[in-house]
Amino acid sequence: MKFNQIDSDLLNTIASITEVPKGAVNIRKDGQPLIRMSSPNIIIKPKEDKPGIDVIVKPGTKNESVHIPVLVTQAGLQDLVYNTFEIGEDADVTIIAGCGIHNESHQDSGHDGIHEFIIKPKARVRYVEKHYGAGSGRGKKVLNPTTVVRIGSEAYAEMEMVQIEGVDDTYRKTIAYVEDKAHLKIVERLLTHRRQSAQSDIEISIEGKGGSAQILSRSVGKDESYQVFKASMIGKTECTGHVECDSIIMGNAVIKAIPSLEAENSEAVLTHEAAIGKIAGEQLIKLMSLGLTEEEAVNTIIEGFLR
Amino acid sequence: MLRLEQVSMSVNDSNGGNKDILHNIDLDFTSGKLYAITGPNGGGKTSLAKVIMGIYDLSAGQIFLHDEEISHLTVSERAHKGIAYAFQQPPRFKGLTVSDLLKIAYGDIDIMGLRKSLRDVGLCPEDYLDRDVGPGLSGGEMKRIEIAQVLARQATISIFDEPEAGVDLWTIQRLIGIIVNRFKDNPNCTAIIITHNENVLPICDEIIVLEEGRIRDRGTYQEIWPSIREDIECKRRLECRGEFGYEI
Ligand SMILES: Nc1ncnc2c1ncn2[C@@H]1O[C@H](COP(=O)(O)OP(=O)(O)O)[C@@H](O)[C@H]1O
Ligand SMILES: [Mg+2]
Repeated sequence: MKFNQIDSDLLNTIASITEVPKGAVNIRKDGQPLIRMSSPNIIIKPKEDKPGIDVIVKPGTKNESVHIPVLVTQAGLQDLVYNTFEIGEDADVTIIAGCGIHNESHQDSGHDGIHEFIIKPKARVRYVEKHYGAGSGRGKKVLNPTTVVRIGSEAYAEMEMVQIEGVDDTYRKTIAYVEDKAHLKIVERLLTHRRQSAQSDIEISIEGKGGSAQILSRSVGKDESYQVFKASMIGKTECTGHVECDSIIMGNAVIKAIPSLEAENSEAVLTHEAAIGKIAGEQLIKLMSLGLTEEEAVNTIIEGFLR
Repeated sequence: MLRLEQVSMSVNDSNGGNKDILHNIDLDFTSGKLYAITGPNGGGKTSLAKVIMGIYDLSAGQIFLHDEEISHLTVSERAHKGIAYAFQQPPRFKGLTVSDLLKIAYGDIDIMGLRKSLRDVGLCPEDYLDRDVGPGLSGGEMKRIEIAQVLARQATISIFDEPEAGVDLWTIQRLIGIIVNRFKDNPNCTAIIITHNENVLPICDEIIVLEEGRIRDRGTYQEIWPSIREDIECKRRLECRGEFGYEI
C-alpha cells in the first residue's frame, strides 16, 4: 500500500514511518481504519460499543512493536476514539502512537484520544506519542488526549509525549496508578509559538510499596503562546517520586508550572524542581564564539533542550 | 597580526556610574609566537580576552586583525575571521552533547577530527562524545571539553583562559605539548594563554603582566620572572592549601 504525500509526511513526522511497518499496526485516518493488522502475539480488534480499538499483547511477548498513528486531514472533522491497551505479564513492547493533523480550511479540526493502559506485572512498555499539526488554513488544529495508566507490580513503563509544532490548542490529561515495585517515567516535550495554547495535567498516584515515578517535563514557549503545566505526585506508601519541570520562555509567552506533592505515608520520598527562565546569555555567547549567528545559537539551544 | 590600540573597557557599577576595567591597552601579537597573559586575580585578563572576542564592547580604542579593523564586529563575525576563545568558566547546556559542540566548533562533521580533539585533551572519545555538556560533568572535564573546541576550530588567534584550572598535571603536560606543536613557529596562527602555571609560562615567547587593567610588564620569561615570582609562589601556596586541606 502506498500513502499519498500528505499522509506520508504526517506519518513520517509523528511515527518515523515511510511504509507500513512490521508487526501489529493500526492506522486511523479521518475517523476510519486505513490499515489494521494484528501479529501473532499482538491482537488488535475494534471496540464493539464505541469507536476505537483494543490492543492485546500476549504475556511474554518480547521485543515487538505496535504502531497506532492517527491522521486527520478532513476539514472540520472532530475525531473521538477510545483505545485500550492490555500488556500481558512479562511482555516487553514498544508502542508508537501519535497524531498528525493537516488542515487547509477555516474550520477547526481535532482529535480526542482516550487511552487506557493496563500493564500487567513484570511487563515493560515504552510508549511514544508525537503530536504535530500542518497546513495553512485558518482552522485550528486541536488535540485533547486523555491517558489512564495502571502499572502492575514490578512492571516498568516509560511514556514519552512530544508536541513540537503546529498544534494550536491542546489539553492533555494523564492519570497513572503505580503498584508495588513498579516504575513509571513520563517525559514531556512541548514547544508552543504564535498564539498557541497548551495545558498538561499529570497526576500520578504511587499506591504500592517500593513503587517509583518520575515526571520530566521540558518546554519552550515563544511569541504570544500560553502554557500551563500541572504535575501532581501522590505517595500513598513507601515510595519515591520526582517531578522536574524546566521551561525556556521567550517573546511574550506566559508559562505556568504547578508541581504538587502529596505524601500519605512517612516513608514516601517526593521531590520536585521547577524552573522557568530565558536562555542564558552566556550560552548564546559561547555558541556565537564558535561561529553561529545569534538566531542559530537560539535554535541550537532549543533543539537540544527539547531533545 | 592582532593589534590593540588604546583599548579601554568599562562596566556599569552598582552606583549607576562607570567603572574602568581596562585602561588604554596597546598590544600587538605576531604570528608564530606563543603569548602568556598573567597577573593577579581581577587584573583584567578575562576582560581583555572578551574584548578581543567581541563579548565586551570597548569604551575607547580600536582592534585590528591583519590590519583590518574588527572593533565593530559581532562575536560570530569575529569567530569567522579566525578568533577563538576558550572560556575561563564555560557555560553548561541542557541537552547539547560534547559531540554537538565539537561539530559546531569544527563547522563540519569530521568524526575522526572530533575524536582527535578529545584525545588531545586527555579524554576518551567513546566515553565523552554522547554526554551532555551539563551538570553531569566535573569542572575539570568542562575545561578540557572547552579547550578541545578551541583546538578544533583551528583558528588564527586562539585564546585559552586559564586552561590549567581544575586540570591534572599530566593533562597540562600533554596540552603544553600540543600547543607547542600546533602554534610555536607556525606562521599562520597565534596562541594567547592566560595562565599562572609555571610549566606553561616558560614555553611562551612573550609574557604580558596585567594588573588593575594596565600592562605592568612585558617581556620574555627570563625578563619577567623576577617580577611575577612572588605572585606565582603565593598562588601556589593557596592552591596547595585548597588541594590538600591543610595550612602550610
Ligand atoms: N561584566 C562585569 N561586570 C562588572 N565587573 C566586571 C565584569 N567583568 C569583569 N569585571 C571586573 O573587572 C575586573 C577584572 O576582572 P577579570 O577580567 O575577570 O580579571 P582576571 O581575569 O584578571 O581575574 C574585576 O574587578 C571584575 O570584578
Ligand atoms: Mg579571569
